[in-house]
Amino acid sequence: MTLLLDQAWKVLEAVPDPEIPVITITDLGIVRDLIQDGETFRVVVTPTYSGCPATEFIEASIKSALLDAGAKSVTLDIQLSPAWTTDWLKPEAREKLKHYGIAPPSCVSQVSTKKEQVIQFRPRQKDVIECPRCNSKNNERLSEFGATACKALYRCLDCREPFEYFKPI
Amino acid sequence: MSQQSIKNSHLEYIQRLADNSLILGQRISEWCGHAPVLEEDIALTNTALDYIGQARLLLSHVGELEGKGRDEDQLAYLRNEPAFRNLTICELPNHDFARTILRNFLFSGFQLLIWEALQNSSDTQLASIAEKSIKETRYHFNHSGEWVVRLGDGTDVSHAKAQEALNYLWPYTNEFFASTDVDVEVSNAKIGPAWSDLKSKWLSLVKPVIDQACLIPPSDTPFASYGKFGRHSEHLGHILAEMQYLQRCYPGATW
Repeated sequence: MTLLLDQAWKVLEAVPDPEIPVITITDLGIVRDLIQDGETFRVVVTPTYSGCPATEFIEASIKSALLDAGAKSVTLDIQLSPAWTTDWLKPEAREKLKHYGIAPPSCVSQVSTKKEQVIQFRPRQKDVIECPRCNSKNNERLSEFGATACKALYRCLDCREPFEYFKPI
Repeated sequence: MSQQSIKNSHLEYIQRLADNSLILGQRISEWCGHAPVLEEDIALTNTALDYIGQARLLLSHVGELEGKGRDEDQLAYLRNEPAFRNLTICELPNHDFARTILRNFLFSGFQLLIWEALQNSSDTQLASIAEKSIKETRYHFNHSGEWVVRLGDGTDVSHAKAQEALNYLWPYTNEFFASTDVDVEVSNAKIGPAWSDLKSKWLSLVKPVIDQACLIPPSDTPFASYGKFGRHSEHLGHILAEMQYLQRCYPGATW
């Protein structure tokens, strides 16, 4: 049975992110294109962080998911430009992150255009971040870097719970 | 100028960028499990990971341009010191937290300017790598910049350590801007900026933070280091001994 293009997309929509399994790779916005040529599929993927250890795992998951679904062969193209931005997260993904206990990223589109200017040093930049548990905007940053490359550590000053923030990039 | 000469300069230029990221990434990773607080341990290892990621992209690009069949691993693990083109500052020992942070700050500010300019490179793959990397480097610069202010404008002890670190590192920044034929060729070919042209921009980026941190850069000296020319300090050999250990003992090992 030949795998159809829209079926192949459905397959990709079910491949979870290995580090944040509540969201899928299409939720993340890292699948940029899927091209079919008979029973061969070419997937264009953009990495999140250049050193993200999950990248190779994700590539392997994409291949095996499509092969299991009936594709004869799968090739992967890594596309660096335009660089991945958290603005590509789907709206549903933002909700899923929040339910999972990770505050979704604020918008970065004003700084993510190509040919950008170097931003100046800004101490304590204030993003408006909601605590994923109590929705309080009263919180503080503990560290710009968290358990994975894409997250920062925060603490809510109302419910006192620590939480992770998916940082805008 | 011959095509061959431009190609050699092109390779040399990317090799420098790759080796800066590779060697500094390897150096910072030594903090894993040793940083003063857990959050900083995580921050420094994340930063190291970003650097290694950048190095992988850049080394793969060098391998493709070179066309001799070498991949990122062969370039990282099977070259000796004289073939490395990183700035000397990247290979200096971490020493203490203040020196680690000050170096990250001085270097990531410089790298930020390079990535910014490289987004217009005639080498489209290099432009893509720059577009990707600048987002990470911006975090490195902000993270280290905040610490520079906290240490410099902190206690007497933290101020003294930060000032000592700045005094030690500052002369090594001369190497950032030392002009070379490679830079001239690369900039004429619109591949990337001549590093010597970035000095005033770099100063206006780092100086306000240094001022805010109540630190004073030492006066300029003619001190010169030559890492980007392949003439390294005694420290690089030790890094390579550790980084390349596995490939040296078990040539061709994969996992």
